[in-house]
Amino acid sequence: MINFTYVRTTTAKAAVGLLAKEKNAKFIAGGTNLVDLMKRGVTAPDRLIDINAVPLKQIELVGNMMHIGALATNTAVAEHELVKLHFPLLSLALQAGASQQLRNAATVGGNMMQRTRCGYFYDTTMPCNKRAPGTGCGAITGYNRMHAIFGGSEQCIAVHPSDMCIALVALDSTVVLSGPKGERKLKFIDFHKLAGTTPDKDNNLLPGEMIIRVEIPTNKLAAHSYYVKVRDRASYAFALVSVAAGLELQGNKIVDVKLAMGGVAHKPWRLLEAETFLKGKMATEANFKSAAQIAMKNAKAYKENAFKLKMAPNTLIEALNLAKSKA
Amino acid sequence: MSVKEENIPENEGRRDFLKQGTLFTALALTPVSLLKAADQKADEKFAELFEKVSLRIKVNGKAHELFVEPRVTLLDLLREQLALTGTKKGCDHGQCGACTVHIDGTRVNSCLQLAVMNEGKEITTIEGLANEDVLHPMQAAFIKHDGFQCGYCTPGQIMSAVACVREGHAGSKGEIREYMSGNICRCGAYPNIVDAIEEVHKSGVQV
Ligand SMILES: Cc1cc2nc3c(=O)[nH]c(=O)nc-3n(C[C@H](O)[C@H](O)[C@H](O)COP(=O)(O)OP(=O)(O)OC[C@H]3O[C@@H](n4cnc5c(N)ncnc54)[C@H](O)[C@@H]3O)c2cc1C
Ligand code: FES
Ligand code: FES
Repeated sequence: MINFTYVRTTTAKAAVGLLAKEKNAKFIAGGTNLVDLMKRGVTAPDRLIDINAVPLKQIELVGNMMHIGALATNTAVAEHELVKLHFPLLSLALQAGASQQLRNAATVGGNMMQRTRCGYFYDTTMPCNKRAPGTGCGAITGYNRMHAIFGGSEQCIAVHPSDMCIALVALDSTVVLSGPKGERKLKFIDFHKLAGTTPDKDNNLLPGEMIIRVEIPTNKLAAHSYYVKVRDRASYAFALVSVAAGLELQGNKIVDVKLAMGGVAHKPWRLLEAETFLKGKMATEANFKSAAQIAMKNAKAYKENAFKLKMAPNTLIEALNLAKSKA
Repeated sequence: MSVKEENIPENEGRRDFLKQGTLFTALALTPVSLLKAADQKADEKFAELFEKVSLRIKVNGKAHELFVEPRVTLLDLLREQLALTGTKKGCDHGQCGACTVHIDGTRVNSCLQLAVMNEGKEITTIEGLANEDVLHPMQAAFIKHDGFQCGYCTPGQIMSAVACVREGHAGSKGEIREYMSGNICRCGAYPNIVDAIEEVHKSGVQV
């Protein structure tokens, strides 16, 4: 690992100020993604700003908004009574990610900012437009089993690896950011971006900005929420495909529904059209199948990931069935 | 090199750190020729100031005052500087759990922690688990159930297992498997590991 200077900070304001001072500085929170990438030489910051002492660990209901601080650990959020009660979807998604040891260190902000797991991104001897813009994409014609089927670009077909973010995008969350010009809010769905012609950028965070917290509006989906993650082994593996599904039912009628998919796109993939289709309809297998068909419109597979074209709709139907039957 | 060895008084580390920032700017502005002309020894001192950060840390109950490079992981600090080689390096990338230790009672992968992130923290490693000559109940259970073959993953498994029981995640074989999934065993001792953990949990003994 290339050495760097290290500084600890105790306020968000100081953290943002320090970040602005040096071009190649980075925050470090849990370190579970950043330290890994630094060891592999994928990234080499000159300075690390340790933000762990900044008081951003709160998990609380403020009116009808759940506030979750950027430094709350993945375990603290997943196991919090209020989260389990009001947003079981978030709890389930978090528990499906990584391992308990990693979740104990990983934070909400770090989870949102984690980089793709594309092998070409990790291997510094390989071409990768995300790691080294202009070098090409190894995955498009190479090994692309884990890669995107939605919203891919000619420059990059990497996927965002987070489970937590799939639940957060489904739950209509908002992100609160702080930067040199003050605070601003961004809808969670607009936080991450598609690769387009700038695959080196994963999200719309501006230079110098820090994630402060995530806000989730309360909803009536808790009784019928489910997160299904399909992976190569039963636990401790990234998603091939995952689905977050939340239903609000009146009898068997769908009053409200939120759906998002993971492992399929450069950003957490919300399924708004399928939601619109399902709203007001009965929660039947036939309707779930139609919704899955709608969700798969515009899907495009590459050589090794064609299986996702079947796996994705099947996982969606499974998630809807499980959400529905959950008492 | 530990702070004690160098006899640097308390708080010096913090001041050194502040100085470090100014020195960095100063050096960046100094022409190379001048730097080259500078006294060799002074150069070395400068280099050290750039590289090391003070760290106060407790490991298995023993307080340490250290001076470490920011890039040193907690795992390397334990193994290379504190000679606590019980904690193992498997993958060095968070993928195997061999390096599992407790930080303030919480299990984490020490290979993905920078040591300097642990200022003021208390670390427990496998060496700190037994009570003098009396094995920790989880250690005894691993021996009883033959919860290992080569033993390489074992310190991480045991640290993880103790936390798993303390967290209340050892309620069933299924739950144990899920919450122990961060510890890989190439020898495949899994069934015996699960048995050991289940027995400790069911015995209700304080872990
Ligand atoms: C073996 C392994 C398996 C994993 N499996 C999964 C999985 O199945 N599912 C899953 O979702 N994840 C998985 N992960 C990834 C894990 O969730 C992330 O590493 C973790 O969430 C990152 O959080 P952190 O706090 O450790 O971030 P760090 O490593 O500290 O930081 C990551 C990035 O975020 C930036 N950052 C951190 N906080 C802020 C902030 N407040 N504002 C702005 N920028 C910030 C940092 O500068 C850095 O660039 C896995 C990781 C490993 C190592
Ligand atoms: S050595 Fe840390 S997880 Fe493998
Ligand atoms: S006992 Fe050999 S790796 Fe687990």
